[in-house]
Parts: sequence; structure tokens; C-alpha cells
Amino acid sequence: MMIGVEDRSQRRSVWLVVAVLGAMVWAALFTGMASAQEAEPVTDDEVNAIAKQLYCPVCENVPLDVCPTQACAQWRALIREKLAAGWSETRIKDYFVEQYGDRVLAAPPARGLNWLVYLIPPLAFIAGAFILYRAFRAWKQPLPDSEPQRVPSGAAADEYVARLEEELRRR
Amino acid sequence: MVYAELGFGSLIITFLVSLYAAGAAIYGVRRNAHAWVDSARNAMLLTFPLLSLSALTIIYLLVTNHYEVEYVTEVTSRSMPMYLKVTALWGGQAGSLVFWSWLMSAFATAVTLRKWDRDREFLPWVVVVSSITLAFFLGLVIFLENPFVRIWQTGTGQIITAMFQPAGSRIFVPADGSGLNPLLRHPGMIIHPPMLYLGFVSFVIPYSFAMAALITGRTDDRWIRITRRWTLVAWLFLSLGLILGGRWAYDVLGWGGYWGWDPVEIAAFMPWLAGTAFLHSVMIQEKRGMLKHWNMILIILTYDLVIFGTFLTRSGVLSSVHAFAQSAIGPAFFAFIGLTFITSLTLLLQRWNELKSEAQMTSLLSREALFLLNNLLFIGILVVCFWGVLFPLISELATGQKVTVGPPFYERATGPLFAGLLLLMGVAPLSAWRHSTAKTLGRAMWKPFIASLVVVAAVLIGGIRHPAALLGFWLAAFVAFVTLYEFWRGALARHRRLQESLPAALWNLAARNRRRYGGYVIHLGVVLMAIGVIGIEIFQTETQGTIPQGGQMALGNYSISYDSLANFDTPDGRNVARAVLSVYKNDQYIGELHPRRDYYYESQQPMTIPGVRSTWEEDFYVLLVDWEPISSQGATFKIYHNPLVNWLWLGGFVFILGTMVAAWPEREAEAETERARVRRARYAAAEA
Repeated sequence: MMIGVEDRSQRRSVWLVVAVLGAMVWAALFTGMASAQEAEPVTDDEVNAIAKQLYCPVCENVPLDVCPTQACAQWRALIREKLAAGWSETRIKDYFVEQYGDRVLAAPPARGLNWLVYLIPPLAFIAGAFILYRAFRAWKQPLPDSEPQRVPSGAAADEYVARLEEELRRR
Repeated sequence: MVYAELGFGSLIITFLVSLYAAGAAIYGVRRNAHAWVDSARNAMLLTFPLLSLSALTIIYLLVTNHYEVEYVTEVTSRSMPMYLKVTALWGGQAGSLVFWSWLMSAFATAVTLRKWDRDREFLPWVVVVSSITLAFFLGLVIFLENPFVRIWQTGTGQIITAMFQPAGSRIFVPADGSGLNPLLRHPGMIIHPPMLYLGFVSFVIPYSFAMAALITGRTDDRWIRITRRWTLVAWLFLSLGLILGGRWAYDVLGWGGYWGWDPVEIAAFMPWLAGTAFLHSVMIQEKRGMLKHWNMILIILTYDLVIFGTFLTRSGVLSSVHAFAQSAIGPAFFAFIGLTFITSLTLLLQRWNELKSEAQMTSLLSREALFLLNNLLFIGILVVCFWGVLFPLISELATGQKVTVGPPFYERATGPLFAGLLLLMGVAPLSAWRHSTAKTLGRAMWKPFIASLVVVAAVLIGGIRHPAALLGFWLAAFVAFVTLYEFWRGALARHRRLQESLPAALWNLAARNRRRYGGYVIHLGVVLMAIGVIGIEIFQTETQGTIPQGGQMALGNYSISYDSLANFDTPDGRNVARAVLSVYKNDQYIGELHPRRDYYYESQQPMTIPGVRSTWEEDFYVLLVDWEPISSQGATFKIYHNPLVNWLWLGGFVFILGTMVAAWPEREAEAETERARVRRARYAAAEA
């Protein structure tokens, strides 16, 4: 009986050991996974993908991903930190805009006065096209004395030769 | 130390002489006194030797290390080689302005020396316009940006700068200068500014003739015919300057690109856009006597954009309202631009009714109509550029907040316009003057069109699915086939009719109308450049990483292994960090690359020189971004894969070649169009 009791308590302790070991392995696995997740480095390419879209206020017109100055290196380090902390691209960009103003973005955000930057060129182009269209309409009224010259009909090649000769002659 | 006084004195005399030239010419015309006009002409001729004296004095001071002159201290140092000291003439703002004026006076002299028998009435006004332009730049140099200012030490030991010796002070000679900006110490940068400036100043000549035509009322297109070659030469230099600038950026700036939509780049690009529109639309005036107002507006625009560009490329003060308000030359430039613009437009309005069109637009598909569309697109791109450069200032003025208008804006806004230009480049050469119908165009176009579709099919089979790339390649192929077809048809026609051999027929065809066929060669150059642009803009890939010595990094089917890094000082004052990399393509060793970082002690500026392996297929472009200075164990590299980028440079070469063909002097005397002959005869009769 004693043996039996001992046996049972032994079996219990074995289970205990197994459970503890199991827990340790599990914990080890879990923490291992967690630490692996923490240690997975942010690549330069991930940093550059965001830096490419930003401009620091000091280096005019040089995108952050290629700017060689110390200040820009610090900004890139900051992006890396935020990425490591799990920030999204939009959140990082918003953060820089909040800190330094709209000028860090490669193009002005479309709001307020900035709408002008996007509206003026197409409007100017449409206006130009309209003026041109009106001019065409006005010009197309043929003058009686400027009958278009008729090229004698014939084979396409002859027509071309005639036109070429005429153009070269008239220079 | 008389050199500074000599150079400065000669600047002042040139300034006075050019003012005299303008005054004498106007007086001569008013009083109808030929002697005064001749005197103005001689004064104009005098500006070149005088300015040469000034410019050579600066060069002398630069190469002989006269560091008591502030400008010399700013742009040179003892360790710089001789050729760089010479080119430091255009390494800073004050020197650049003298250089600009020097080139301007050379061109003004050249144009003054031409034969004027047929158009004497233009002479005084050409002298007036070019000498006023020259006087403006000389005024800037004398009053605001004097390169001869020296450094003095006062009795109390203070260091000050002044042109002439302040009382109780001694000349102060610094031991060494701070040296030329390292970015400018590159062959591309040595040739690039002079080319750009040559382009800038030579556009002043057609503008002077245009103004002369408006003032004298000689509104036939004689002014266009006289300045045709000047315009082409101006355009040649400007294009060359832009292409060299792109190449320099690619080689030196270390961002894997050639064009960054920087305001300084755009400043040089805008006069080119207006000038290109002008080059095309003057042909309509020559052939058809139309668009006379428009051509005047274009040349006025080009001239003022040239002045604006000179201002922007050198001073860069447009970066903020604050810097602009503080700089002395900013307001001076704007006053001059405003004044010339308003005066020119007033002159144009006065002659508005005399510049009536002589013909009607008869077809929407005629060559002249398509040229007008081309003008609309060029001006559209110009508006985008101008607005993009200006908007940050407007925003800062209105809201106090600065914004960046960067590449994404320009690319999105100009992309479709460039595509439209390519399409026109394919269609317009096939359309006829006056009358063209969809039917005749279609008949001329179907062969090149089918051929271009074959190319698109081949590209599709090659695995490219990107829609913009497919569209781009189709346009490039279409333009190329149309242009080659034009050469072929022309040569074949001569071959059949005149029994010439095909190569001889081709040669004689091009020789017979250099402007037309030179223009087609330029179009082919643009096609090649477009292929390069599509390659790098759409298919560029990049990666960056830090690897230990012996480590490897891959991008696509390329990989590099980092062999070693050497860090050493050079006698010319640099610290060089140079990495040695082995490059593998598909795991096959193909050679070594040596990307490096030069640090200039004097100016405390780093410069990144890429290691590039260049083929027609692609560039493999490696930058040394960072390294561990002590252990030299690890280093960071950035790798770019730039497909097809060499086609861009080849295209640039073909482009320039075509421009030279177009601008090459004709052996025979100037041939006139029938229309021009009739007009000139009518004008001569009216005069008599």
C-alpha cells in the first residue's frame, strides 16, 4: 500500500513536472514567438517607401528617401521607430504633417486654397481649348478668293509626290 | 591691386556705352540721322571687347588666388585645379551675371555685324532692345551683385567688404577660399550652365527683331525669316543645356533619376516650352500668313521666361517670400520682367490690326490646325510648370503656410499632355497644309499604324501589362514608323523620278529641306527619349539594405556582394569612402562596381557618386548610403534598376543632331516662300 501511495504521489509529481515543463515549453514557445515578432527588423525599403513621399522643410525639393543630410537621416530613423511601433503609413504621414505642416507632403492636400493648384491648370487648358475652338469656327468660313487648291486625283503615290514637290519648292 | 578696379571700371563703361547705344539709336531714328544710328551700332560693337576685359579680369583673379576679392573666396580654393578655377566664373551669382552679359554682348555684336541692306529699318531697334537688356544685367552686376567687391580690415580689426578702400582700413587676404560647391565640380556641370546661358541669350535676338518689326510697322514676316536660324541656334543650346543637366543629375545627385521637377529645372524648361511652341507656329506664318499675333505673344513670352529663368536658376530666392523680399535682385528682376512684358504687349496692341491673318483655316485636320493643337499642349505644360513654381509663394502669402508642389503634381498634370504631343507628332507630319480630310489622313496613316500595333503585340507577348507603358510604347512606335515612313516615301519618290540611288536620294532629300528633315530627326530623338522615360519612370525598382563585408544583397536577377571599403584623403581636399562590390547577374559574375561618398572638407559637403553598370537594356545603379567608419564591417547600399534609361541619352544625342541639321546654314542664298516674296515686294512698293 505504501508503495501504492508513494507510487501515486510519484505519478502526481511526474504529472506536475510534465505540466510545468509543458508550461515552460509553451511559455518558451510563446515568448520566443513574441520576441521574434519584436525583433523582426523594419527594412530600409519599408522606411523608404514612406520617406519617398515626404520632404523635410530644410532641404528644398529633395525627397526624404535620398536626402543625405543628418536631419533627414534622423527623420528616417523616426519613421523606422514608428513602423516598429506598429504605426500605419497614413498615421506616420499624418504625424509629420501635424508636426511640420503641409509642406512635408510631396503635393499639397486638396483642401482650402490648395484646390487652386489642382483647378487652375485644367481650367486654363479648357479655356485655351475653347478659344481655339472658337478661332477654328471663325476661320473656317472660307474666303471667296482662297479656293483650296485641288490636287488632281490619281494614284495615292503621285498625289504624295506632287505634295512633297510642292512643299519642298515652297519652303 | 589694380585688377579689381580695372574689371569694375570696364563694367561701368560698358553699362554707360550700352545706355548710350540705346539713346543714340532712338535719337537717330527720331531725327532721321544715320550718323547717330551708326554710332549706336558702333557702341554696341564696343560692348563685347569691354565686357571681355571684365570677364577675363575675373578669370585672372580666380586663377591667381586673389582671395582679397570676396567672389574669389566664395567660389575657389587653393586645392582646385586650374580648369575649375576658370569655370568658377559661372560658379556663383555675381560671376554668372557677368558671364551672361558677356555672352549677350557676343550675340548682340554678331547680329550687329550682319548685312543689313534689305532691312536697315530694323537695325536701330534691334540695337535698342539688346542694349537695354544688356544694360539691365550690367546694372544688376554694378549696383547689386558686384564680383569685384574686396575684403577689408578696419582700424578696429573688423572685417568688412567694399568695392573701394574704406577710410583707415587695409586690404585683408584670407589664407584660402571656401571652394566651389562640390556638386558643380563635374564635367556636366561645367558645360551645362554655358549651354543654358547661350540658349537664353540667343533668344533675345529673335525677340529684338520682333520688337523692331512692331515698332517700325514692318509687319510682314521678314523678322521671322531673319531670325529663323537664331531661334534654332537658341533652341539647340537650350535643349543641350537641359539634356546635359539631366545627365549631370543622374551622375551626381545620387537619387537614381534625371529630372526632379525642381523649380530651378523648371526655370530652364519654361523658355524651352514657349520656344518650341514658337518654332512650330512660325511655320504656319511662313507658309500661310496666319497666327501673326500669336507668334508675337510667343516670342514675348519666351523672352520674359528667359529673364525669369536666369533669375531663378541662379538666385533660387523664389523658395520663399521672405528670401525674395530680402534679396535685392528679386524685385529688380520682377520690375524688369513686368516692364518689358507690358511694353511689348502695348506695342503688339498698337499693331494688332496690321497683323491680320492672310488666310483661312480650311480644315480641322490640316497641318496648320494640328500645329495649333501642338501649341495648345505646349502652352498647357507651360501653365502647369508656371503655376507649380508660383503656387507655394501664393500659398505662403495668403495663408502663411508653405506647401511643396513636387513631382506627383507635375507628373499627373503633364503626363497626358506629353502623350497628346506624341500623338500629334505621329499625325501632323502626314497631314497636308490647307486641306486634309480624315480619308486622306487615314490613307497616309494606316501602314505605320498597323506596324505600331505589331510592336504593341510584341510588347504584350513580352509580358508587359502596365497600361501607361503599353500606351507609351504604342505612341513611340507610331511616331517612329510615321517618321521613318516619311523619309522612305520621300527617298523612294526621288529614286523613281530622278533615278538616284536610295542612299543618295535620302541624302539629297534631307539636304533639300534641312529644316523639315532635321525636324523629323528631332522627332526620332524624342521617340528614343520617350522609350527611356517610360523605362525608368514606370519600371524602375529599388532596394536598400545594410550588409556586412562578404554579405550579399539582391534586386531582381542582380545581386551584389560587398568585398571591401577604403577610406582615404585626397590631395584636393576630399575624404573618399569607396566600396568595392562584385556584381552578379543570374548568379554569374559580371564585374566590379565602386560606389563612393566624397566629403569635401572646405565646404563640408558630401557628394554621392554611384557605381553604374550600363547596358542598352538597363542600368544597374548602386549608391553607398552609409558605412561603419571604425570597423568597416557593415555598409548600407541603395540599388536602383533603371530599365532602358540609356535610350534617353541616345535620344538626346539624336535630338541635338537633328537640331544641328535643321540649323545648318544653307549653301544657296536664302530662299523665300512665294508668299514672302509677294509680301516683300508689296512692302517695298509701299515704301517707295
